[in-house]
Amino acid sequence: MRKVYLDNAATTPLLSEVSEAMIPYLGEVFGNPSSLHDWGDTAREAVEAARAQVAQLIGADAEEIIFTGSGTESNNFAIKGLALAQQTKGKHVVVSAIEHFSVLHSARTMEKWGFELSLVPVDKYGVVDPEDVRKSLRKDTVLVSVMHANGEVGTIEPIQEIARITRENNVVFHTDAVAATGTLPVDIKELGIDALSLAGNQFYGPKGVGALWLRRGVRIMPLLDGGVQEGGRRAGTENVPAIVGLGKAAELAATNIAARLKHLTPLRDHLLTELPSKIEHVLITGHPQNRLPGHASFCIEFIEGESMLMMLNNQGVAVSSGSACTSKALKASHILIAMGIPHELAQGSLLFSFGMDSTLEDVDYVLEVLPPIVDRLRQMSPLYSKFIKTSKGGK
Amino acid sequence: MPAYSEKVMEHFMNPRNVGEIENPDGVGEVGNPVCGDMMTFYIKVKDNHLDDVKFKTFGCGAAIAVSSMVSEMAKGKTLKEAMKITPRLVADELDGLPKQKFHCSNLGAQALQKAIKDYLSKKKAEGGKE
Repeated sequence: MRKVYLDNAATTPLLSEVSEAMIPYLGEVFGNPSSLHDWGDTAREAVEAARAQVAQLIGADAEEIIFTGSGTESNNFAIKGLALAQQTKGKHVVVSAIEHFSVLHSARTMEKWGFELSLVPVDKYGVVDPEDVRKSLRKDTVLVSVMHANGEVGTIEPIQEIARITRENNVVFHTDAVAATGTLPVDIKELGIDALSLAGNQFYGPKGVGALWLRRGVRIMPLLDGGVQEGGRRAGTENVPAIVGLGKAAELAATNIAARLKHLTPLRDHLLTELPSKIEHVLITGHPQNRLPGHASFCIEFIEGESMLMMLNNQGVAVSSGSACTSKALKASHILIAMGIPHELAQGSLLFSFGMDSTLEDVDYVLEVLPPIVDRLRQMSPLYSKFIKTSKGGK
Repeated sequence: MPAYSEKVMEHFMNPRNVGEIENPDGVGEVGNPVCGDMMTFYIKVKDNHLDDVKFKTFGCGAAIAVSSMVSEMAKGKTLKEAMKITPRLVADELDGLPKQKFHCSNLGAQALQKAIKDYLSKKKAEGGKE
């Protein structure tokens, strides 16, 4: 059976150049970067080389990069650490309604710790209006966090415009660029931001490693106390092989970003155009144009996402969904709900995320196997039969 | 894939008794799309037995497998026997359901009972007329 992996938003595969770069550090180069001998020096040099590679990908200085254990850790660190470091100045935090849970739940934790939180709404495409960010600012606002691109609906946010507003108001601005970095050109100087999160497994690097870029001079409260690794901001012996892998992945992304855009965009556009012409009653979620290059997401009416996922998997196709049934929390995606999509439609959420291994034939295969699956599930669906009866056989 | 038993997968891929019954003797609808699952059961009754059972389900793999299993368990049973089908029995027949799916997706027995009650109340109303 044909095997088609279209869940690169969950994780990308590891490039062979990346795993090759990592192998020595899983074997003979085992030293602790903090040690003061040759073993330690070799490991430390590798970590510092990776720091420079990651910095270069986003146009930053190497000293401004803090390695973490994941995108989630970077986001936790940014929200909690930046808010706590400024609590004498104020205790108000602003985030958008469609943030990843690692931002949203961190912000909720700050609420429990005595901060106040404002959620900025989004429009039907999931776009934040910078003016809404401006309206949410108060005298005691110390942090704004809006994601660069949304991993579930693909929408790219107006980060530059928001950064202009936070700068005018002297408020620290963090962006979760986990879904964007390595896929879209991301330049911290162009964006005008203060902090940015990224993660290795989103651009062909290893899992379990991420980074937080922090503009020089911005204060942050460490979440992990211990040794003085990462400039005293993130204690714990460095995960050297993963950091080396992240560095290599960053270097490859920087070199290949234009080729990646060129490869991914037509795949996305092919599916975005063709799927709604093959299946009736389909909504494209997220912004139709201003979205991640390899990202096509939909809500298929009258049926539920997990059932579609299972049947697609049975045909060798891997995708994901934001339906309540697919989430362990049994709640429909907060992102789709924030965009004003009704619960029953959100249940039919389906997300295709292409990678560098994906081909146009993969898209055609999806277009061949998905319509019969949708038909089959609609034949089983009481919502569909109600719709057919009330519309007397459709429009 | 969620951790489903082989039996759940088999019922999900080949659900029994999908559909609607024309002029059913009883209809039972449970669930709502907010929590994720909706099931409608249709029954035909003959000599106090469930002569035919059909269903339509909107929901996850577990919800579809549960509906299929309930329809299979209920068919041919007396109304009294069918009323004794519980979510626990259905889950056991399916060789278990993942914990988080037990409550939200295991609504089939409830939908069947509602269909039987619908039949009994209609019958009572008709009996009153005669």
